[in-house]
Amino acid sequence: MSILDSKIPEGPLADKWTKHKNTINLVNPANKRNIDVIVVGTGLAGGSAAATLAELGYNVKTFCYQDSPRRAHSIAAQGGINAAKNYQGDGDSNYRLFYDTIKGGDYRSREANVHRLAEVSGNIIDQCVAQGVPFAREYGGLLDNRSFGGVLVSRTFYAKGQTGQQLLLGAYSAMNRQINRGKIQAFNRHEMLDLVKVDGKARGIIARNLVTGEIERHSAHAVVLASGGYGNVFFLSTNAMGSNVMAAWRAHRRGAFFANPCYTQIHPTCIPVSGDHQSKLTLMSESLRNDGRIWVPKRIEDAQAIREGKLKPTQLAEEERDYYLERRYPAFGNLVPRDVASRAAKERCDAGFGVNKTGEAVYLDFASAIQRYGKEKALTSGLHNPSADQVRELGEKVIEDKYGNLFQMYEKIVDENPYKTPMMIYPAVHYTMGGLWVDYNLQTTVPGCYAAGEANFSDHGANRLGASALMQGLADGYFVLPYTIGDYLSQDIRTGKIPTDTPEFDQAEKDVKDRIEKLMGGSGEHSVDYYHKKLGKIMWNKCGMSRNEQGLKEAIEEISALREDFWKNVKVPGDANSMNPELEKAGRVADFLELGELFAKDALDRNESCGGHFREESVEQSGEQKGEALRDDKNFKYVSAWEYKGEPKDAQLHKEDLVFENIELKTRSYK
Amino acid sequence: MNLTLKIWRQKDASSKGAIVDYQVKGIEGDMSFLEMLDVLNEQLITKGEEPVVFDHDCREGICGSCSLQINGEPHGPDRLVTTCQLHMRKFNDGDTIYIEPFRAKAFPVVKDLMVDRSAFDRIQHAGGYISVNTSGNTIDANAIPVNKDNADDAFAAATCIGCGACVAACKNASAMLFTSAKVSQFALLPQGQVEATDRVLAMVNQMDEEGFGNCTNTGACEIECPKGISLENIARMNREYLKASIKG
Repeated sequence: MSILDSKIPEGPLADKWTKHKNTINLVNPANKRNIDVIVVGTGLAGGSAAATLAELGYNVKTFCYQDSPRRAHSIAAQGGINAAKNYQGDGDSNYRLFYDTIKGGDYRSREANVHRLAEVSGNIIDQCVAQGVPFAREYGGLLDNRSFGGVLVSRTFYAKGQTGQQLLLGAYSAMNRQINRGKIQAFNRHEMLDLVKVDGKARGIIARNLVTGEIERHSAHAVVLASGGYGNVFFLSTNAMGSNVMAAWRAHRRGAFFANPCYTQIHPTCIPVSGDHQSKLTLMSESLRNDGRIWVPKRIEDAQAIREGKLKPTQLAEEERDYYLERRYPAFGNLVPRDVASRAAKERCDAGFGVNKTGEAVYLDFASAIQRYGKEKALTSGLHNPSADQVRELGEKVIEDKYGNLFQMYEKIVDENPYKTPMMIYPAVHYTMGGLWVDYNLQTTVPGCYAAGEANFSDHGANRLGASALMQGLADGYFVLPYTIGDYLSQDIRTGKIPTDTPEFDQAEKDVKDRIEKLMGGSGEHSVDYYHKKLGKIMWNKCGMSRNEQGLKEAIEEISALREDFWKNVKVPGDANSMNPELEKAGRVADFLELGELFAKDALDRNESCGGHFREESVEQSGEQKGEALRDDKNFKYVSAWEYKGEPKDAQLHKEDLVFENIELKTRSYK
Repeated sequence: MNLTLKIWRQKDASSKGAIVDYQVKGIEGDMSFLEMLDVLNEQLITKGEEPVVFDHDCREGICGSCSLQINGEPHGPDRLVTTCQLHMRKFNDGDTIYIEPFRAKAFPVVKDLMVDRSAFDRIQHAGGYISVNTSGNTIDANAIPVNKDNADDAFAAATCIGCGACVAACKNASAMLFTSAKVSQFALLPQGQVEATDRVLAMVNQMDEEGFGNCTNTGACEIECPKGISLENIARMNREYLKASIKG
């Protein structure tokens, strides 16, 4: 019997959440005023949770490393947010969103959590519109939708290619209202360095003021971690430069189990790496696959000529191109889920069909969409005999309206005009499905410590569908956590303020200061980035899109050795008692060096292919699915939850068996 | 390419700053401006010197963290981009580049090229929201149709990233473009009109308290804005403000 209790309520799937809300304990409004909650991270999950908890009457303190909560990396999400509104009348429903998400996640997520997510999805859109989020609308004034990968309906709401920005500004505006009322105290340019436990419960954090270098103690009755994902363990990813795992990892070291660390989403459509100087990668939204067609040359000689600059993609005729997604997956075509699209791109490039200088790129082509839209627009504008140029111009205008900022971004980075020549794209690390293990109430294995948004593991299984991260972040923050946390806090109505002058806070502060001193005391041969880049290379080569036993074993050894070297030889200039971005980075990389090893260990344990985790040893050998990922439900239908035991190699595995009562486990086919 | 950089170094808010010269070599056109600074910082760290501090995060032009005054222009010579999206192909071998923080009384320097833009946050605390609780019981999202042109204009105003280039570009260090973008987004939507009077008064009042200058319609803000926020927003805010002042 596992020590993990997922606390999934009894009863039929569709009634669980309602019943649970009706039966959990509440805190009365007068008592809420005596209860403090800390929220770490102010992205969609943290910002929305902070605002809602403050509306309810709790005293909230928020922490973010950025200079304003509005800059959290949710802001960079582009394409959209899913909701089962069925405004298009195309057969969508809560059940379909639930089903698509479970299937998209390759049957590695919890039914009850995902169904709840689908249930509240519609409310998110209502809420955001009420807050003034300017979603895209049709001429009739009603909301527009588009389609994303892995689904057969249009359920994605969007605001051009800036949906994350608009939703985050919505959550931030809700926060502003509470800041103005004095219910939220925002600690910006602050970083959580440790979780403080008193009598086994999370009762506060140690934070560093990044401007003054001061170490601060903050207490609360509960701590919510909404600190995002850990994609930057790969150094190069679409995450922000500052995105890190520290808050989650510090909680892990204090007893919170870390679940499924190896589940990473490698996004198929990012701008390819241009050189060693590269500091981050830029996403081109999945929404582009609504209109863009992905291809490489059919003949390897053509690919070679393109790489050498002797041939242009526009010179290749239709029949000389291999639209490999449409060829391999006729039912979903260019809109297969991300893991499938990424692996297919890698397969073509590894086979020698890649198209840029490095050989690691495929085309994303808008020519046929420009023609299609141009002709349609010509007709609706009363042009019955438009010239080719007119069609092209009208079509480009439609594309600009839909994806203008993405095309501009591409042009600035690559210096090519994507309206005239196809974009070049390649997969890149984008999102991490793994994270802190949480029960149905989003509570970690440390009582009083909650995790929301990308920081938890809960809803996406082994692969996240496009436009579902924004949905999950806001669902957790606006509609789930504010209810479930009340059940826990109802025990604390007589507790009174948590003092910070206790041995537990003394010890945690001492631990933090010792660690900083150790980081500053390295003998000084290499910069923090040197180690981060080395770690990233190991991760990408051995724990990336394709993994095998030997590579993973090597990764574990190499990361462990690199970590040892880091602690001896890292060079952190400046001092700890003032602003010092190198010190901030050093602390984050130190944690990545531990997480990376656990990641590889988890990937090694999971000897099956599922979602974003592809093991070369586990591939379909015959039939229609030959060469596709082979899942092993008999042996791996569980969540891996790792307990900290000192070194990552000593981490102890706990298994939460996934129970499927409403969905039949099937081979995930998009053919 | 090889470049000479003249960079503002300042220890903290209370210290005096100065321009310091640096040389960087082997800069490629495909590097972003910030990646060029990464090269410099790596050099400085190896030499045991303190790296140059600057704000940056997403490096894809959306978070609004980066904020450099490059050769006298906020976000440098290219149009409609933030510093992180400015690429070195816009410069030539042998160039001398002046790099300073955004300058404004309301944006005090924190360290080197990093400034404190919390004044922007306080303007938004004052009224940059619609007072609606997250009950989940608001009306259906499609219950109120919004005219597409208004929705598109509201969106255009809402794309402001709050970087402060408008303030840095303005000879009066005015924050009118920023504040008006926020006021406009809500004023253009039916949901936002209920509180429009109080909102514009509170936000303009806070803007003035923060010590930003007045608008004299030079339009520099619009030119330098990386997101192309239109001056029309300022006109709209002035109308809203006048209406609100008369209403009281």
